[in-house]
Amino acid sequence: MKSVFLIEAFTVACFVLLSQVTAKNSEDIRCKCICPPYREVKGQIYKQNVSLKDCNCLHVVEPMPVDGKDVEAYCLRCECKYEERSSGTIKVTIIMYLSILGLLLLYMVYLTLLEPILKRRLFGHSQLIQSDDDVGDQQPFANAHNVLSHSHSRPNMLNKVEHAQQRWRRQVQEQRKSVFDRHVVLS
Amino acid sequence: MEAGEGVSGTTPTEEMNGAGNLMDFLDEPFPDVGTYEDFHTIDWLREKSRDTDRHRKITSKSKESFWELIKSLLDAWSGWVVMLLIGLLSGTLAGVIDLAVDWMTDLKEGVCLTAFYYSHEQCCWTSNETTFEDRDKCPQWQKWAELMTGHSEGGGAYLLNYFLYVLWALLFSFLAVSLVRVFAPYACGSGIPEIKTILSGFIIRGYLGKWTLLIKTVTLVLAVSSGLSLGKEGPLVHVACCCGNLFCSLFSKYSKNEGKRREVLSAAAAAGVSVAFGAPIGGVLFSLEEVSYYFPLKTLWRSFFAALVAAFTLRAINPFGNSRLVLFYVEYHTPWYMAELVPFILLGVFGGLWGTLFIRANIAWCRRRKTTQLGKYPVLEVIAVTGITALLAFPNPYTRRSTSELISELFNDCGALESSQLCDYINNPNMSRPVDDIPDRPAGPGVYTALWQLALALVFKIVITIFTFGMKIPSGLFIPSMAVGAIAGRIVGIAVEQMAYHHHDWIIFKNWCRPGADCVTPGLYAMVGAAACLGGVTRMTVSLVVIMFELTGGLEYIVPLMAAAVTSKWVADAFGKEGIYESHIQLNGYPYLDVRDEFTHRTLATDVMRPRRNDPPLAVLTQDSTTVEDVETLIKDTDYNGFPVVVSRESERLIGFVQRRDLTLAIKNARQKQDGVVSSSVVYFTEDGPQTPLSNPQPLKLRRVLNLSPFTVTDHTPMETVVDIFRKLGLRQCLVTRSGRLLGIITKKDVLRHMAQMMNQDPESIMFN
Repeated sequence: MKSVFLIEAFTVACFVLLSQVTAKNSEDIRCKCICPPYREVKGQIYKQNVSLKDCNCLHVVEPMPVDGKDVEAYCLRCECKYEERSSGTIKVTIIMYLSILGLLLLYMVYLTLLEPILKRRLFGHSQLIQSDDDVGDQQPFANAHNVLSHSHSRPNMLNKVEHAQQRWRRQVQEQRKSVFDRHVVLS
Repeated sequence: MEAGEGVSGTTPTEEMNGAGNLMDFLDEPFPDVGTYEDFHTIDWLREKSRDTDRHRKITSKSKESFWELIKSLLDAWSGWVVMLLIGLLSGTLAGVIDLAVDWMTDLKEGVCLTAFYYSHEQCCWTSNETTFEDRDKCPQWQKWAELMTGHSEGGGAYLLNYFLYVLWALLFSFLAVSLVRVFAPYACGSGIPEIKTILSGFIIRGYLGKWTLLIKTVTLVLAVSSGLSLGKEGPLVHVACCCGNLFCSLFSKYSKNEGKRREVLSAAAAAGVSVAFGAPIGGVLFSLEEVSYYFPLKTLWRSFFAALVAAFTLRAINPFGNSRLVLFYVEYHTPWYMAELVPFILLGVFGGLWGTLFIRANIAWCRRRKTTQLGKYPVLEVIAVTGITALLAFPNPYTRRSTSELISELFNDCGALESSQLCDYINNPNMSRPVDDIPDRPAGPGVYTALWQLALALVFKIVITIFTFGMKIPSGLFIPSMAVGAIAGRIVGIAVEQMAYHHHDWIIFKNWCRPGADCVTPGLYAMVGAAACLGGVTRMTVSLVVIMFELTGGLEYIVPLMAAAVTSKWVADAFGKEGIYESHIQLNGYPYLDVRDEFTHRTLATDVMRPRRNDPPLAVLTQDSTTVEDVETLIKDTDYNGFPVVVSRESERLIGFVQRRDLTLAIKNARQKQDGVVSSSVVYFTEDGPQTPLSNPQPLKLRRVLNLSPFTVTDHTPMETVVDIFRKLGLRQCLVTRSGRLLGIITKKDVLRHMAQMMNQDPESIMFN
């Protein structure tokens, strides 16, 4: 339980830090001015890397396409917007998301395709049938307790992990039955 | 909600059982007493009294030492700490989802060459090659066809793009549905009906678990970016509630008390809406109006805080790059006129009709899925619907892009600088006005093209959303509903605008819309339409309007939004009282006692209670003459969830009530740990043991699992009152007595079945206890 919390806290902390560190990357601010067509001048978009207080037509539109006396009229039509983004956050988020997705997919492939083959090779057919029967037990609670009390008696860390995994898989199977097969909940 | 995390810290002692104590507590703790089984209803009254006891213990201990005082302070603060953590995590997750959806949606069309992790807009963010005509084109961003063949124009490129768009959509939705199927089946659907039921006191173990949280977050991104007609709002509420449940397990105050846990979950739901819409106040009101069952003021403040933290976190991530919480922010402040209330109300009527149509059709389809062969192929169904959606969506520019972008464009007003097709008005060449206040103009050809494209999009969205909602992937319906309303609203808005422009002399337009004035804002109509449709489907009112104006920043438009929301609620209520969430609750037969239903039938408690006239008598325990074996046989032979305890079978005077689960656990525990307890041992519930000869085996005292103050009513209590008691106190069961003698029992399930029967529905549809 604590470990989950630590991981969560760590993720959040990472995010806050990252968004702090990367917020002021030079590429991450822009002032964008959209200027509509004016007399012979075509409509144009200007983007400059300037601070918020300089974000106006006079600072951003370079070179100025009209003469001195028309500048004011031209600039009146332009619309300037100051925008900020954090490219670091975007990069980290997307990469993190993709790696989590990738891990999940790998694990999914392992669970659905590889493991049955491996099991069949290692234990033969009987084991598989037995474990299927276990799952069909009508008393999820009794099950959970048995698993828990068994796992206490064995100090081996690996066994514990395996038991936790077994328990989780049993729960998921139960859920899958009620959602996908019997349509009891969530339909 | 995991069972058997090991109980510690609950060691109530005898001096605790003073006046006003509802429960006789355990002498010594053993795991799981006071917990509930899967798919069962909690007893709010019991949970509340347990918390009061715990609290009293901490207060009395805090006077003993300084350390205890600090512990009690920490305990008092733990609620706020949980809120802070929930806000931080759900805000972060919402930010991640927003960013990832943005990128993946664009991945269907092309890729950024300079940095693959940029979406289209981010890719062209600094590019100086964008032109005024083609604003979102830049050389860094390439469509798939351009990247593969080098041509960006022509039929071949179009077909290749089309093909890849469909392929990506299929891939995303396939990944989503298989992840849900393999890792967390509970992560599918919107989640709000289940959250509502859970908050009303139902237990679905694993529904708010860690895997559900992870898988729902990951697959939500896939589902939304696959271009299906679904939104992220409902699932985000579920995600936030999972966060709430996760952090509950850190504090025994919340992890061991289902009632207290639900207070946290209510607040988490508020945080979820807060980040889903960027509407913190709307989130709090949504939790209050729509999802929560028990919502004391303390929870209101905590929700407020959680919503604030969540919104703040999301803002810090700034996923939309506009320094706002939402994508739909509008910047116009043009006034509206009284005469416009007529089209607004008409939009309200449309919203109500859409709500009714959607609920009926969707429920019919979901029932089909539940009962027929269709339900056997969930993966295939998702693939098929995605395929159809992608095939039909690509040719129409308004359905090709993501739904939130569409809504955002529909909400916008056409300034002089807008380049979209919807803003293709014929401009007066010598017009030089500030951007904000542009007079009404005649529509250009682009607007007319847009209009029929929008009409097609409307039909498409209406039909496809009905089939999409309820599939086995995370799917919310706020965004599609809003899209339907926004499209309809925009069409009406443009129609009214053009009418006002071309017929200045009509009597209605005469004193409202002079030539050259800016009198109709089509974007406002889109907003009103969106509110109306959302209201028609969910039947929200207050929270809807607050969410809408927080979403758009249009404080001036509260009255039109209110008018539309109320009209749509009236119209929709005329066809059926239930909103979409209640309908789904009913479809699944969850034991949800709606606070809003009225019960007006003149039945009595004796008509509803069990046993019925010809049934065998009630299974009861006696206070000091049953043996362990008898109890075990009773537990084995019946499936009742609790047994009343009476003085003796002859007098049948009531002593208390004992839960089946507690009884089982207590006996199991005693047999393992207590010497001398055998099958023929007498079980007694009194303070002092029965007088037995020494030769008999040691008796077993079970007073600690006995609820000494079960709720009772007399047999002539009207059901109206009984229903009210169940609703307001959150009872699980209630015993029926006549002059002190136990007659029968009414459970929540009995009440629900009775209500269903009275409303001419199938009482057997209520399945859970």
